[in-house]
Amino acid sequence: MKFAVIVFPGSNCDVDMYHAIKDELGEEVAYVWHDADNLDEFDGILLPGGFSYGDYLRSGAIARFSNVMKAIQKAADEGKPVLGVCNGFQILLEAGLLPGAMRRNNSLKFICRPVTLRVENNETMFTSLYELGEVITIPIAHGEGNYYCDEETLTKLIENRQIIFRYHDENPNGSLENIAGIMNETGNVLGMMPHPERAVDALLGSADGLKLFQSIVKYWRVKHVVTS
Amino acid sequence: MSLLLEPSPTTIKEEKLYREMGLTDEEFAMVERILGRLPNYTEIGIFSVMWSEHCSYKNSKPVLKKFPTEGEHVLQGPGEGAGIVDIGDGLAVAFKIESHNHPSAIEPYQGAATGVGGIIRDVFSMGARPIALLNSLRFGELTSPRVKYLFEHVVAGIAGYGNCVGIPTVGGEVQFDAAYEGNPLVNAMCVGLIRHEDIQRGVASGVGNTVMYVGAKTGRDGIHGATFASEELTEASEAKRPAVQVGDPFMEKLLLEACLEVVKSDALVGIQDMGAAGLTSSSAEMASKAGVGIEMNLDLVPQREAGMTPYEMMLSESQERMLLVVKKGREQEICDLFAKYGLEAKAIGKVTDDKMLRLYFHGEVVAEIPVDALAKDAPVYHKPSAEPAYYREFQQIDYVPHVENYEETLLSLLAQPTIASKEWVYDQYDYMVRTNTVVAPGSDAAVVRIRGTKKALAMTTDCNSRYIYLDPETGGKIAVAEAARNVVCSGAKPLAITDCLNFGSPEKPEIFWQLEKAVDGMSAACRTLATPVISGNVSLYNETNGEAVYPTPVVGMVGLVEHLDHVTTQTFKQAGDIIYVIGEAKQEFGGSELQKLLEGRIFGKAPSIDLEVEAQRQQALLAAIRAGVVASAHDVAEGGLSVALAECLMNANGLGAKVTISGDLAAELFSETQSRFVVSVKKEHQATFEQLVEAKKIGEVTDEGTLRIENEHGEAVVNLSVEQMRSVWKGAIPCLLKSKA
Amino acid sequence: MYKVKVYVTLRENVLDPQGTAVKGALHSLSYREVQDVRIGKFMELVIEKSERNVEEIVREMCEKLLANTVIEDYRYEIEEVVVQ
Repeated sequence: MKFAVIVFPGSNCDVDMYHAIKDELGEEVAYVWHDADNLDEFDGILLPGGFSYGDYLRSGAIARFSNVMKAIQKAADEGKPVLGVCNGFQILLEAGLLPGAMRRNNSLKFICRPVTLRVENNETMFTSLYELGEVITIPIAHGEGNYYCDEETLTKLIENRQIIFRYHDENPNGSLENIAGIMNETGNVLGMMPHPERAVDALLGSADGLKLFQSIVKYWRVKHVVTS
Repeated sequence: MSLLLEPSPTTIKEEKLYREMGLTDEEFAMVERILGRLPNYTEIGIFSVMWSEHCSYKNSKPVLKKFPTEGEHVLQGPGEGAGIVDIGDGLAVAFKIESHNHPSAIEPYQGAATGVGGIIRDVFSMGARPIALLNSLRFGELTSPRVKYLFEHVVAGIAGYGNCVGIPTVGGEVQFDAAYEGNPLVNAMCVGLIRHEDIQRGVASGVGNTVMYVGAKTGRDGIHGATFASEELTEASEAKRPAVQVGDPFMEKLLLEACLEVVKSDALVGIQDMGAAGLTSSSAEMASKAGVGIEMNLDLVPQREAGMTPYEMMLSESQERMLLVVKKGREQEICDLFAKYGLEAKAIGKVTDDKMLRLYFHGEVVAEIPVDALAKDAPVYHKPSAEPAYYREFQQIDYVPHVENYEETLLSLLAQPTIASKEWVYDQYDYMVRTNTVVAPGSDAAVVRIRGTKKALAMTTDCNSRYIYLDPETGGKIAVAEAARNVVCSGAKPLAITDCLNFGSPEKPEIFWQLEKAVDGMSAACRTLATPVISGNVSLYNETNGEAVYPTPVVGMVGLVEHLDHVTTQTFKQAGDIIYVIGEAKQEFGGSELQKLLEGRIFGKAPSIDLEVEAQRQQALLAAIRAGVVASAHDVAEGGLSVALAECLMNANGLGAKVTISGDLAAELFSETQSRFVVSVKKEHQATFEQLVEAKKIGEVTDEGTLRIENEHGEAVVNLSVEQMRSVWKGAIPCLLKSKA
Repeated sequence: MYKVKVYVTLRENVLDPQGTAVKGALHSLSYREVQDVRIGKFMELVIEKSERNVEEIVREMCEKLLANTVIEDYRYEIEEVVVQ
């Protein structure tokens, strides 16, 4: 499976994502610059964390107008897995690939620490290797992770089981319904504030994020074998 | 034209306007001699910044010479953006610490943020990839609203900048003391990784080569307070008042990535950050080091504001700018490379053979100064030094504390802001980005692995300024020794140090004496512990209303972990492990947390230190760690053994400890005697450990979740639940911040 | 030439933690009469005259980029200025 790590000016978790895929997952991966207009050669698209365009105006607000976003939209329409982490999640929200918006953390402070998440839906291409209700430890590092959407959207998210991860022991940022990660309706675009790519090596504290990437590969392999 | 509003050379001399810029009458006469004529306004401005203490080290140079700067692994000593030490495998580590005290006192968020930005540029201008940030902070007591404001905004500024650039802030220290009430200290350190062949130096060699400007545009930021005072100029000068420097971490990130790409190009000759005194220092220093001259056309300098004068452009401290020297004819390649990152590289001048800094503006020469006069031949002063009366007085005092309740005292110590958990601080720092942080903030030293190898780097900043105030020489030794202790406890061999010498006014003989003695002590420790000084920074005049801060020579140390298996933390690992203490406690309470707690002030003698003993214990402990027989290691520092034991338990899930002490209980529990460690060892490694290290067995790790300290009769003198200690320790700083003064 | 002032604030039903913090601070400074604080962004744009209606352009820019209408409201003031 071949992954693209999209690099926006100001992305800074691109390297972490790249190494998680290459060194820990053992799959193919390449950096793709924000001005690219074709992602056809890739099977999975990863939008890493960071501060695209300095997060000036609003997190993700400027990056969504990057050239590569059209290609990302196309990949999403084709059903390819698209994962946005932290700033990548914020970009997906701004771009309308996922519903809702991010507000500043309740504390008004940037927060960096490992948190526990509960897997709310394991029948997805991103979470099939987790148990339902499994509690995993994944670090967060953000200043604007306080998820918000209107009631109508929330009802839909709940009904369609689009809420994939919830904060478990504590809600670090004030996020609505303890939401840490959500998926689109078709189930191939996932946005999450916690950083699974930072939790792929026990040496650094946790390897709980690895199963997320392995789930994607498993999904792709099955699909690939069936279709070819 | 605004130039016309500037005072004429004659006015500068007659009205002694140079004094406002910090130059003395003698220095002005020197300038006149060097130029063979009167300097104009731009020129005297250039001299004043280049001859400031910050750029020239004119007051501290004779003292700094005492530092040992060479060692078998040193590839680059002081004098460049950062020092560099070899770590094998063709790799090297570049690091430096720098102060941003005064800007942070005025505008804490931006002051701290730009301090971080500056030190990052120092490191990547060497060609090194910044891999970690640390800091060392000093504030007044956390009770006044002003101090809380400074503390909160400094931390936010460090976080805001470092997090955005994507360099993990992995460690640091924060101390609170009334001496810093009006003058906080904000020191930032950056550590970078570099391959030997990529090492760059700030040189401008090759006559005819092109000088290029990259990065943010130049504005009127941070131009030194010196402004012309003539009445009729008030309106004009008001409109041009110097502004606080504002950092743009997004620009820095682009600049960082672009510069690390450009250093791989053989079109690049030299590169330097435009730090303090921006365009002036970078051009003069690069030319002087290469024995050449530079001429620049200031009309070509990218400008953010209209109508800037040469004086303003040359003295601007706008952030996120770099000066490059590029091979003639290869400019386009450089432009293209930067364009990829949305940055403009602009040719603004060339290298000449006449060793002059020559500036053109609107077709005229507006400054012409020998580069060596600016960069190398600044005046050097040997300030008078005098032993202060307080020191003699303190040396006569043998302070013995009176402790009634050991348990309560321990809890109170854990709540002292200097000892209390700094989680409130480091939770705001992205300490994990780049996913190499093996040991996060909160243990003795942070550990960052080196991808593609089994090695890692341990790093720390340390300085107990109370000891240095009481006895600068001893305190200087302790600062270096403690940094080394932290590095060793993490499983690393200390490599070298960088230092940031924060002192009061060197014009006062007593302050200069502190500086001299502290450097003597540090130098001695650096020699004994084989950690040369490879870079550093001096910040003098840290005073408010004539009161100096404690002498605070912050030590930033980096050590090499030979193998990831050696990485060790302070946290106890499992019940049944044996607890040892290395080193004996003495009645040493001068400058201790206990003294501060009981007396509200510090006095007496600093704890003593024997550097040979220190070195021998560190070597023995490191050998034991490398032999794989040490489960946890922690140095005994502020608050003494009882605090050290508590700290070993703070992150240990459900564990406790039971230890027995004998002798003078106050000393055993709270004395800050140096060169001591708390170590835990698995039972099966007991024999090997005892062969390698001379240590006293004091107890065992338990699974009871309490810290129980017994006297020799088996009576508990301390019996506290870890949970209670943890809540006091973690809650102290957030609680102080919330409380209304 | 038009000088356009754009004000972006969090929508009323969206929690504004910054506003809440500032309100708390004002109360602690004993400005008890403060009922509510909303914090937003203020932007100043200079726009050249074109065939398109300026208000239409401004509204479009607000919708597309300057505000995130999921959580933010915007309003603007347009003033025609004469360039000398």
